[in-house]
Amino acid sequence: MAPILSVQNLEKTYDGGFQALKSVSLEIEKGEVFALLGPNGAGKTTLISTICGLVRPTSGSITVGGHDALKDYRAARRMIGLVPQEMPTAPFEMVGDTVALSRGLFGLKPNPDLVEKILKDLTLWDKRKDPIMALSGGMKRRLLVAKALAHEPEILFLDEPTAGVDVELRHDMWRIVGELKDNGVTIILTTHYIEEAEEMADRVGVINKGEIILVEDKNRLMQKLGRKELTLSLSCAVTGLPPELQKYDLKLSEDGCSLTYTYDTQGERTGITALLTDLSKTGVHFHDLQTDQSSLEDIFVDLVKRGD
Amino acid sequence: MNFEAVKAIYLAEMARTKRTIMQSIVSPVISTVLYFVVFGAAIGSRISEVDGVSYGAFIVPGLIMLSLMTQSLSNASFGIYFPQFTGTIFEVLSAPISFLEITIAYVGAAATKSIVVGLVILITANFFVDIEIQHPFWMAAFFLLTAITFALLGFIIGIWADNFEKLQFVPLLIVTPLAFLGGSFYSISMLPEVWQKVTLINPVVYLISGFRWSFYGQADVSLWLSLFMTLLFLSVSLAIVHWIFKTGYKLKP
Repeated sequence: MAPILSVQNLEKTYDGGFQALKSVSLEIEKGEVFALLGPNGAGKTTLISTICGLVRPTSGSITVGGHDALKDYRAARRMIGLVPQEMPTAPFEMVGDTVALSRGLFGLKPNPDLVEKILKDLTLWDKRKDPIMALSGGMKRRLLVAKALAHEPEILFLDEPTAGVDVELRHDMWRIVGELKDNGVTIILTTHYIEEAEEMADRVGVINKGEIILVEDKNRLMQKLGRKELTLSLSCAVTGLPPELQKYDLKLSEDGCSLTYTYDTQGERTGITALLTDLSKTGVHFHDLQTDQSSLEDIFVDLVKRGD
Repeated sequence: MNFEAVKAIYLAEMARTKRTIMQSIVSPVISTVLYFVVFGAAIGSRISEVDGVSYGAFIVPGLIMLSLMTQSLSNASFGIYFPQFTGTIFEVLSAPISFLEITIAYVGAAATKSIVVGLVILITANFFVDIEIQHPFWMAAFFLLTAITFALLGFIIGIWADNFEKLQFVPLLIVTPLAFLGGSFYSISMLPEVWQKVTLINPVVYLISGFRWSFYGQADVSLWLSLFMTLLFLSVSLAIVHWIFKTGYKLKP
């Protein structure tokens, strides 16, 4: 199946000479949730803005549902909804009006039933006659989602949807994304919060300094790059480790009560058996052990560091 | 043509007027009434007639033009500046709408508001002095062309301005003086000869002269020159707007 969004060799150099995107190529499949990770200033927002028509590309091409985003911008943009990172709202406008305006801007006839449904889904219906400035931060964030959904987009961009929002709203947002995905909407989100990508994404892309350095299925990525840690709780505190254990590169906790061993799940030998044998030989006894899978966050930090 | 989008922006802009009815409609009417009281009744009673028209009636076209110009300018500049200031412009720029349609919607809304203000002033003036409109067609033409031209100019200023000072700068320090010195309150034949020549540099002279001709059949410059100059300003404004959208100036980096 042809990708719903295809970006080829996209470059953007701003007037000041700053190159925000360096030959970015990316394909998004219909119906997937794609998380774009990257540190501040990596080019996430520039990439999204260029696809949505807010920034003019220096070179390269973008096609949305087979439509060229520049030549056939009407058809391309009609498919896209954007929830921006900042929360730009017209303070004096009414909640209901602004959602209806979004629909009109995308060339669709008014549909009060749909607007009502969206506002109810996002628990904004009671506020429909209030001016936007009367909304709390979390409500404004939901309003921006409502505005983007008002024109029934097939692709939804969420630029940092949960930056600075409380836990409840974050889970709300995750629920909304889940529902949209069930309805067949393709979702591309950018985030710093790795747990968000871990929670929602099917695939993950990492961008750093304007370059896409990795695109991978989330589960495969975690499997491939995942490292595991084995933590041993010692029976009695030790002050130092015998030289026989040096080769394992163990970390002794400050209180001397636990040892941590890091190993690669993909390696042929994890070294666990040898470690445990050596431990008992040297007389270090433990009463409990546990293993932890490294998170996407560790993977991400690792990748970005490698790029530096 | 994305007709729904033009309608949506236009209606949103008109809704903004409704929310700010005092500032948008009532205050220009009040200031015009003040002009009538001061220039028409108090000072005007000492000036008998200008070219056979009572002074009170003579200033009506100038006053309407003055309001039309300043209102078109401020409505349009604020209308496009504010979404940039709050950031809501992103939605318009990412919508499937052409630059031409964006311009039609914003400029159309600003021009509509100033036309309403102009008409209200005309009606208000009717209570103070006898007004005749000898050439209604020409009156409507100058009325519309001026509203659209100055709304376009305001649109340009609103995009160019990156702070409130700049937004106020052009209307207050350039357009208002030009409008006052363009013959809103006097016929340029009342000026010393040198100043009669100098004043012809002022583009507003042609607009007011043409508009006044449509009322009383007398003008400072010929009707065709007035029309030509009005269309010239319109074309220049359109060309600048075209350039802004072609280059993405200040709107799309």
